[in-house]
Amino acid sequence: MATSHQASGIQAGRLAAPEIADNFGDLHPAYDAHEAAVAADRCYFCYDAPCMTACPTSIDIPQFIREIQAGHPASAAKTILDQNILGGMCARVCPTETLCEEACVREAAEGKPVEIGRLQRFATDVLMARDEHPFSRAPSTGKKVAVAGAGPAGLSAAHRLAMLGHDVVVYDAKSKAGGLNEFGIAAYKSTEDFAAREVDWLLKIGGITMQYGKKLGEDLSLETLKADYDAVFLSIGLAGVNALRAAGEDMDGVRDAVDFIEELRQADDLTKLPVGRNVVVIGGGMTAVDAAVQSKLLGAENVTIAYRRGRDAMGASRFEQDLAASKGVTLMFNVMPKAILGEGAAAEIELEYTDVHDGRVTGTGETLRLAADQVYKAIGQTLEGQPAELELEDRKIMVDATGRTSVANVWAGGDCASGGEDLTVTAVAEGRDAAMDIHSTLMG
Amino acid sequence: MADLTTEFLGIKSPNPFWLASAPPTDKEYNVRRAFEAGWGGVVWKTLGSEGPPVVNVNGPRYGAIFGADRRLLGLNNIELITDRSLEINLEEITRVKKDYPDRAVIVSIMVPCEEQAWKDILPKVEATGADGIELNFGCPHGMAERGMGAAVGQVPEYIQMVTEWCKKYYSKPVIVKLTPNITDVRFPARAAKNGGGDAVSLINTINSIVAVDLDQMAPEPTVGGKGTHGGYCGPAVKPIAMNMVAEIARCPQTHDLPISAIGGVTTWKDAAEFMALGAGNVQVCTAAMTYGFNVVKEMISGLSNWMDEKGYTSTQDFIGMAVPNVTDWQYLDLNFIAKAKINQDDCISCGRCFAACEDTSHQAIEMSADRVFTVKDDECVACNLCVNVCPIEGCITMEEVPAGQLDERTGKVVSDEYANWTTHPNNPSATAAE
Repeated sequence: MATSHQASGIQAGRLAAPEIADNFGDLHPAYDAHEAAVAADRCYFCYDAPCMTACPTSIDIPQFIREIQAGHPASAAKTILDQNILGGMCARVCPTETLCEEACVREAAEGKPVEIGRLQRFATDVLMARDEHPFSRAPSTGKKVAVAGAGPAGLSAAHRLAMLGHDVVVYDAKSKAGGLNEFGIAAYKSTEDFAAREVDWLLKIGGITMQYGKKLGEDLSLETLKADYDAVFLSIGLAGVNALRAAGEDMDGVRDAVDFIEELRQADDLTKLPVGRNVVVIGGGMTAVDAAVQSKLLGAENVTIAYRRGRDAMGASRFEQDLAASKGVTLMFNVMPKAILGEGAAAEIELEYTDVHDGRVTGTGETLRLAADQVYKAIGQTLEGQPAELELEDRKIMVDATGRTSVANVWAGGDCASGGEDLTVTAVAEGRDAAMDIHSTLMG
Repeated sequence: MADLTTEFLGIKSPNPFWLASAPPTDKEYNVRRAFEAGWGGVVWKTLGSEGPPVVNVNGPRYGAIFGADRRLLGLNNIELITDRSLEINLEEITRVKKDYPDRAVIVSIMVPCEEQAWKDILPKVEATGADGIELNFGCPHGMAERGMGAAVGQVPEYIQMVTEWCKKYYSKPVIVKLTPNITDVRFPARAAKNGGGDAVSLINTINSIVAVDLDQMAPEPTVGGKGTHGGYCGPAVKPIAMNMVAEIARCPQTHDLPISAIGGVTTWKDAAEFMALGAGNVQVCTAAMTYGFNVVKEMISGLSNWMDEKGYTSTQDFIGMAVPNVTDWQYLDLNFIAKAKINQDDCISCGRCFAACEDTSHQAIEMSADRVFTVKDDECVACNLCVNVCPIEGCITMEEVPAGQLDERTGKVVSDEYANWTTHPNNPSATAAE
């Protein structure tokens, strides 16, 4: 028998296996061919389409939708993957509601955009199901490039470099590739082990060697990489987590949301994954929503997102906020954590109401307490373990428009690099563009 | 509620919506369902001579083209005339007409081009009590290879001859159904009139290959690896049918010849358009075959609402009203000047007007960096392409430039005088304006 919602403390098995399976199914189920045809027919084939401009990887969206309309989704997939080699994952995780679909003229016309994300998934699923890789490598250039970090930016750069004829070695601190695709996003956005399957598919290009358990700064040094390779691309992500700076932060039951999500993503059996009865998530971004919703889906009775600013400032999109609300998560705005209370383990959290003036958050002095046997910290990640010789900008590795760092022959992209939003799709674009710049630099 | 009762050749029906001779009217069962749904009349599917009936293929008979969301726009068929015996059809027609005296029942006929064949069948048809006959001179496939259908309809002399036989051996109205597979529909229409025909109906289906199966490398519908040309109908053919109806309606020799219009009628508005062009009623097939007999209900309510709004009390009030406004190109007013205007409140910034104008027309639309689209009056020739490609109805309109104002494109003041090509200085055969 499953432990109930009401069982106090952090418990596994709050829900039975069928309910868990149902809860963690696809957030946006795949279109079948008929649904895709109906959805594709809605595209107006806009001139200089706003959706394409809104896409960080500039996928030719009208073109790929037209290819679906005309009955050749595999060419549609090629159109997508030409620009975005992780087009399959981006179709699942992109906040399309603030990117292509927000820009869709049918959003203006009817408040219902063409469902670009789901069409992209349809096309890429068709191609990936064929189990063949649509790209081939150019003749070998004899050049070697090291990539540190096998997340979206690193994989995107590696694929592009391999395609251009370079030999690539990708190092990653973990034992698996994928970065946040594999460890960091909600399970219902990447079902059936999609992140890992996509990596396997991507590597079919050839010319990419994966080296796991190699962490930059511990097992590798930038000096060695520079000496051994013609170019280096750094995509090490943001390994650090911001502290709450609230009393009781080190109590049992207080945890980084990213660790929880990683454990959840790697768990073989979600009925064995413990979750609190009363969960409070501190933060306002996608990680906060992913942690809160998944806590609820695991069977937590009460889940609250506590965010210190107003709704409009929230990093998570309105769609994500509504998703959380629809799953029964309570959204609280203008509250910040003051103390976590309990006898050794968290039992309550004290929140203070806030005012925001000129962007600065101050406490009003009024407080409230919520039951909280589990508190997740989702207040942002920080750059950690970067080579000391690199110049930083806004606490990230400083790069120019094509990803060049302050050190010769070293490029960087993804969340660890300055500029751009911290999104999978942005990381893919940065990896691709850096690869093109590395290529032209190496080939003179 | 306007009265839709329509009299065509003296045949009364409660509304002007008849089902055309086609699969929907092949049997008593279907026709009874049609009348229960509200159809004003039917043209019974074409009867052939006594004796063993024709046979149809046993593979697919229809092919189609589709618009967005698989909306059927055009249907093609290779079905022949009725494949049931003459006797059964005649019995059924008799029963149905008796049970539905207020509905029009017309019998379509196609027999060989010999006087005896017509002399044999016509008294039997007359005995059913049906209100009239329609001569199938249209079917472009199958029967034409046997010297019937379109093979007759393409030769005006044959049309006249057969029509004369029918008038000789049949006492009730004779409607001659015309094929569009000719160069000038006025010739067969005149032949029908000269033969004594009471009316024409048009168009029959258009010869077509609707699709090619690229795996079998054969036309669709594909029967055992081969296909043949079939008859095309449905919304896609309506413009062709309307032109042919209008040509007959405005021809001095045939303008008084009643017309039953056929070709893609799907809603009340299609019917109103055909009738404005001179048709006394309309016949429908593809809409019924696509959506079932209940489509007539919208046709009835829609036409009735529109007539109420316009103050028409009878279909006679608007039949033919558009005919005087159908003219030849050379009489169009060249002093009429218009410019496209984009309503910025309605515009969704898709840019299709810009792509169409910039790539394929007159470079008369400006696109700003923030996707605001505006018409350049000094380039716009009012071609209307932007209106047609805009996905938002009414967003782009054609605005007349009133007389006395400057046309920025030509630098001339718009004249209030009518002037056409016949008097234009660029026309080598121009005649002096009166």
